[in-house]
Amino acid sequence: MAQLNVNPTRMELTRLKKSLATAIRGHKLLKDKRDELMRQFLDIVRENKALRENVEKRLSEANQYMAVAGSVMQREALASALLMPKQGVTLKIGTKNIMSVDIPTFEVKTKTDSKTDIYSYGFVNTSGDLDNAISIFSDILPDMLKLAEHEKSAQLLASEIEKTRRRVNALEYVMIPNYQDTIRYITMKLDEAERSNTTRLLKIKDMMIAENIEAK
Amino acid sequence: MYKIGVIGDYDSICAFGALGLDIYPCDSADDAETQLKKLADGNYGIIYITEQYIEKMPGLFEKYMERQTPAIIPIPSCKGSTGFGIGNVKKYVEQAVGSDIIFNDNN
Repeated sequence: MAQLNVNPTRMELTRLKKSLATAIRGHKLLKDKRDELMRQFLDIVRENKALRENVEKRLSEANQYMAVAGSVMQREALASALLMPKQGVTLKIGTKNIMSVDIPTFEVKTKTDSKTDIYSYGFVNTSGDLDNAISIFSDILPDMLKLAEHEKSAQLLASEIEKTRRRVNALEYVMIPNYQDTIRYITMKLDEAERSNTTRLLKIKDMMIAENIEAK
Repeated sequence: MYKIGVIGDYDSICAFGALGLDIYPCDSADDAETQLKKLADGNYGIIYITEQYIEKMPGLFEKYMERQTPAIIPIPSCKGSTGFGIGNVKKYVEQAVGSDIIFNDNN
């Protein structure tokens, strides 16, 4: 039985009762927060896993094409083909709020709309495998962005869930029992004082009666 | 406006340049580390980095994990995946739930 180090007074008792009510309310709220965070997190992390598997698979596919292109073409030719990209990408970051955790959302803007602008080279001097590789890379780019978004969300949510869980447990297993024990201790102490007071009064009454009888 | 950066060995990342991402070829993990620090403090929202390099700097990776931006995303290099990226997803689940419940489902 763990109790707080307080004086067993009526004032302290009222204060503790108020704190206990707050703690219980906070515990309920945090528990709800944790449950909702967990639900969102599991959705996100499932999608994250699927995206990552897909992206890794496609990337290795693209890298195979790149390897072939690299072996067919000269290294310098390959480097110069990719030296001056026509396409440019900028990123807009917004935020989404999930249970008071700020999650970034990424929105990408390309410099040009034309799909062929990813090929920054003439087709004469380059291998067709390079085209294939680049086209796969450009196909998976949206998925890679989504992956970035989901992975960041998963990271942030995971640490928030960990924190919330710790708080919930601290309230549930430490703070609330402590308050309850202390309240019980003070109540008992006060009752005890009350009883001893009553007996004392009875005793005094008896003594006074006895004195009265003797005086007669 | 933010930018997207890619860090890794040249062979793995050169094709991203064609898509308009900023590529930063590095020859060693030390190189990549200084580059990553520079980009993370710069105007980069997403930094893709090959698993081979990010694996060697777990401290840095965890430091940026707490921040909202940049998102540092491990990608497999041309030598294939080391399992670092997917292992991380597993770690998040363990951190949040206490035990891994996503990856056990399918096995």
